[in-house]
Amino acid sequence: MINVIIIFIGILMAISAIFAVESKKIIDSFIALSLMSLLSVFLFVIMKAPDVAITEASVGAGLTTAVLVLALRKIGGDKE
Amino acid sequence: MRRFLSALIVLGLIMFFISTLPLIPEFGKASLSKVSRAFIDKDVNGNGGNIQYGVSKDLENGAANVVTSIVVDYRSFDTLGEVTVLFTSALGVGIILSGYKRKKFGREPNFILRVSVGILLPLILLFGAYVFIHGHLTPGGGFPGGTIIAAGILLLYLSNEEFDLSKTVKFVEGISGSLYVIVGLLGLAVSGVFLINFLPTGVVGNLFSSGIVPIIYILIGFKVGAELSGIVAELHREG
Repeated sequence: MINVIIIFIGILMAISAIFAVESKKIIDSFIALSLMSLLSVFLFVIMKAPDVAITEASVGAGLTTAVLVLALRKIGGDKE
Repeated sequence: MRRFLSALIVLGLIMFFISTLPLIPEFGKASLSKVSRAFIDKDVNGNGGNIQYGVSKDLENGAANVVTSIVVDYRSFDTLGEVTVLFTSALGVGIILSGYKRKKFGREPNFILRVSVGILLPLILLFGAYVFIHGHLTPGGGFPGGTIIAAGILLLYLSNEEFDLSKTVKFVEGISGSLYVIVGLLGLAVSGVFLINFLPTGVVGNLFSSGIVPIIYILIGFKVGAELSGIVAELHREG
C-alpha cells in the first residue's frame, strides 16, 4: 500500500515539474513548483524525515513562492 | 467547466492525503531500521545499556532529536558556514536591489487581510518560536523556525503600508551572528575546541538539556528570520 502511494506521489511530482517548465505564464510555473514542494513534503514524512519535511514546507512551499512572486512584480509582471 | 474540474482535482488530492495519514506510524512507535536503532542506542560514554527518553542523563550530547545533535553539535562548524552562505546571499540581494523607498500603493490594503493579520500573526510568530526553541526535542530547528517568522513578517509588510523593519533586522542579524561565534570561542576558551558542547547536558527530553544546542538554535532562528525578513523587505522596496 505504502509503495503505491509513494509511486503515485512521485508521478504527481513529475507531472507538476513538467507543467512548471512547460506552462506559458510564469505565475503558473510558481504555483506548480509550490505544489511539487508540497508533494515532496508528504513524501519526506512517509520516509521518516520530519526535519527535512518541516524545512521543505516552510522554505519550498512557503517563502520561495512569496519571494518569486515579489521578484516577478519587481521585473514588471508577466510579459513576453 | 475548467474551474469545476480543477476544484474536483484539488478535492480529490485533499481526500487522498487525509486517507493516507493513518498509514504514518504513531508518535514514538515507528518501526526503525537496524541502522537507526544502532545510532540512537549508541552510548558514547562507554557505560553500555540503552538510552531511555526522559531518564538517561549526562550523555555526551543529550539532544532527543538525532538530526539536531549532528547539525548543531558534532557538525556545528558546517552550520556556521551555512549561516554565512545565507548571509552572503542576503547581502547580494541587498546590493543588487539597493532601493531606499517603500513602494506605496496609495490606498488601504484589503480589509480581510488587515483584520486576519492581527489574528494570525501572533500565532505564526509563536509557532516559529516554538519550532526553533524546541529544535533539540522535536523536528524542526533554527532554519525552518526563522523561515516561518519571516513569512509572518511578509504578511506584516503586505498588510501595513507604513511598516518598516530594515534597521532592526540588521541589528538582530549582526548580534545573533556574533553571539554564535562568541559561543564557539567560549568553547575554545573552556575546553580548547571551537564550538564544543561545554555546558552540562541534563536529562534527555527536557527543555533545558543538551548544553549549548538550544542556545545556538535560538541564535540561528533569530539570524535566519532576520536575514529572510531583510530579503523580503528589499524585494518590497521601489527600485
